[in-house]
Amino acid sequence: MELFNSIIVILDATLRNATPLIFAALAGMFSERSGIVNIALEGKILISAFFGASAAYYFGSPWMGLLAGVLSSVVFAQLHAFATVTHNGDHVVSGLAINILAAGLTAAVGNYWFSQGGNTPNLAFGDTQARFTPITLPFADQLADVPIIGGIYSELISGHYLLVYLAFAAVPLCWYILFRTRFGLRVRAVGENPHAVDTAGISVAKTRYLALLMTGILVGFAGVYLSVAVTAQFSPNMSAGKGYMALAALIFGKWRPRTAMQACLLFGLLEAIAIRSQGAVFLGVEVPVQLVEATPYILTVVLLGGFIGRSVAPKVIGEPYVKERS
Amino acid sequence: MDMALELRGIDKRFGDVHANKDINLQVRQGTIHGIVGENGAGKSTLMSIIYGFYAADKGDVLVDGQVLDIKDSKTAINAGIGMVHQHFMLIQNFTALENVILGAEDGIAIETSLDKARREMERLASEYQLNVPLDVPVEELSVGYQQRIEILKALYRGARILILDEPTGVLTPQETDHLFKVLASLKEQGTTVILITHKLREIMAATDEVSVMRRGEMVAHVKTADTNQEDLAELMVGRKVLLRVEKGEAEPGDVKLAARHISLTDAQGVKRLSDVSLDVRAGEIVGIAGVSGNGQSELLEALAGIRNIDSGEMYLNGETVTAGTAIDPEKVRQLGVGHIPEDRHRMGLINTFSAYEAFVLGYHRDASYNSGVLMSQKAMIDDCRAKMESWDVRPPDPFLKTANFSGGNQQKLVIAREVEQGHDVMLIGQPTRGVDIGAIESIHKRILEMRDAGKAILLVSVELDEIRSLADRILVMFDGIIVGEVPADKADERTLGLMMANIVPDEIKALQAEVSA
Repeated sequence: MELFNSIIVILDATLRNATPLIFAALAGMFSERSGIVNIALEGKILISAFFGASAAYYFGSPWMGLLAGVLSSVVFAQLHAFATVTHNGDHVVSGLAINILAAGLTAAVGNYWFSQGGNTPNLAFGDTQARFTPITLPFADQLADVPIIGGIYSELISGHYLLVYLAFAAVPLCWYILFRTRFGLRVRAVGENPHAVDTAGISVAKTRYLALLMTGILVGFAGVYLSVAVTAQFSPNMSAGKGYMALAALIFGKWRPRTAMQACLLFGLLEAIAIRSQGAVFLGVEVPVQLVEATPYILTVVLLGGFIGRSVAPKVIGEPYVKERS
Repeated sequence: MDMALELRGIDKRFGDVHANKDINLQVRQGTIHGIVGENGAGKSTLMSIIYGFYAADKGDVLVDGQVLDIKDSKTAINAGIGMVHQHFMLIQNFTALENVILGAEDGIAIETSLDKARREMERLASEYQLNVPLDVPVEELSVGYQQRIEILKALYRGARILILDEPTGVLTPQETDHLFKVLASLKEQGTTVILITHKLREIMAATDEVSVMRRGEMVAHVKTADTNQEDLAELMVGRKVLLRVEKGEAEPGDVKLAARHISLTDAQGVKRLSDVSLDVRAGEIVGIAGVSGNGQSELLEALAGIRNIDSGEMYLNGETVTAGTAIDPEKVRQLGVGHIPEDRHRMGLINTFSAYEAFVLGYHRDASYNSGVLMSQKAMIDDCRAKMESWDVRPPDPFLKTANFSGGNQQKLVIAREVEQGHDVMLIGQPTRGVDIGAIESIHKRILEMRDAGKAILLVSVELDEIRSLADRILVMFDGIIVGEVPADKADERTLGLMMANIVPDEIKALQAEVSA
């Protein structure tokens, strides 16, 4: 039973850890499928986390936080589109610029507004709950004492933030959008052969702007989840590489929703195990915390580098589309 | 008869390049209208303007007698103009159906569009002999099928004027015949077809009327029945052209280049060459015919030391190389085997280099170009200038970027570089791809001069006319094997075409049996 409980706790943490990665990976999927390298997921997470937490605090409502967070990442995603689509800028350079801008802007504005060293005030103050709180599913309490089922249902499945459930619901939804709608068809086409899309009478630029709109919306959920749900506070650089992890999961998952989600779950699991094994003693030596914390990142590199083999990227990813010859 | 399409005074510049000068054109409803011209004559630019891909600086496009402001491809499509591009505009990992509906979807979900397209495709397939596998990713289909999908795409969008840009470059002669049958039946149903090509034989075979372009201008309009290939060639080039080079009997000497049972698998694990054997003797040209992508490139690259073979052995001008022997292009060149690569942009030149820099590629270690640790600029430039003169490369400017030469002159640079090294064996790939008729003539002459000087020459080309006019013996490749050998005098188009599809006519089988007996 002890082992069962430990497993439940680890899996529970896995779902929580995977949630922002799933949102961000799905976000990245729309942009990369349309041919735009999205190394800027990191900055977009940070921006939406900051504006989400700020708005939630100001209005005293997590929903306003969600709205503001999503709006802010949409603005940044469209800025990214402006640089890469309208001005044919380099995707990686403009993406990095967005990340740097996000890191500096959130800390500076945060300090100016709240004077707490870049942090936003805690969202769980007094009686007002400006943060998202976990949801208890129906019958979770009643079933809690039933062996096995109680553990799985009440502990593992019930009791998460709404955004966790949304993340998992977004996976089939995004699959449907990408593979069964006109918009998805065009997004996939434009990442493979923009020339063909152009000759089919479709605007390449418009398709890419719309793809990045999807990116902005989805990645906003990731940021808001971190600040308005999990920690109930924004602190500088709280995205802590999650944007890059999501990008890795996306590539790992071969730019498809279900496999990308699986990769996110794997990364989430590694993170959960790492946290849980802090202080563990191995061969008489205490495992250094830093090493444990670094494990998911090391594994990402190893997995991407060697294990999964080649995954085929959208064909024109990273290439600006220039129509007229000069 | 009514005009389906009319152009009045179309003018277009790209910077300093005047691509289209005051072009007038009238295309009659329900005819097949050919447009010929050399590469760079402005045909593709003109068609791109009609299709809304570029905007003309001046002039009007009239469709069915009405002036139409074609702002983008969508306007053109809505006006009933369909285009089959030279480089197919297909999404390679989409199925035929997905490609067909892209941009012509009804509604947000694609399910209904796919069903509708499937029914329509089946109808068009039976009406015009345009069947294609509908549910396989396009990348797994042959180019012939891909081209049909392009035609189907246009028809699905209701095209009444169908423009085909160099449609036969990648087809076997049989596929070409089939295409022309399809075009003829489209014409019967009232579709107007515009066929852009530089192949005069096809113009004669397929069109009703023909317009000739030269250096951005429309120089002639004639009825196909009233003209012939020689006249058209003269109109295209602006002077008399010899379409077929004169050549004497070959006097083959010793074997200089050979392959024995070589096989090669590429990085994706696809078998590209299976058990290929061949001999090339001094003083003969052996031609390799085949549809592009059947192992010819890999054969050339294996012999040139660029790719390693899995098994078998090669004999390179006196040196035997077995599978597993370390070999590289430089070593092969030192053995006296020169290589003119098939794709000058990918392998022959570096586009951003000046001509003189491109001219020493691969020979940059040569003592004559070096003094100590530094390269001698003067030696390179002088050498380049001298050879540009003797090969008539225009303009003869060693400092001009290679990208700024015309295709023919770029090709001359590559050929001059390799030939002037005096190699005994030459591996030549697509020597006249994207080269003007005038330059083709001089390149062909040079190749024959090399043969007569006793060089052993292996020639790979997808242009059957080229192979037939140059080669003394012809080997046909299909899917990585050599299907058979045809002596030049037996090499008619039908025979070669069948063999390119892996069908060996009895007559050739008998000949081969005779040789091996």
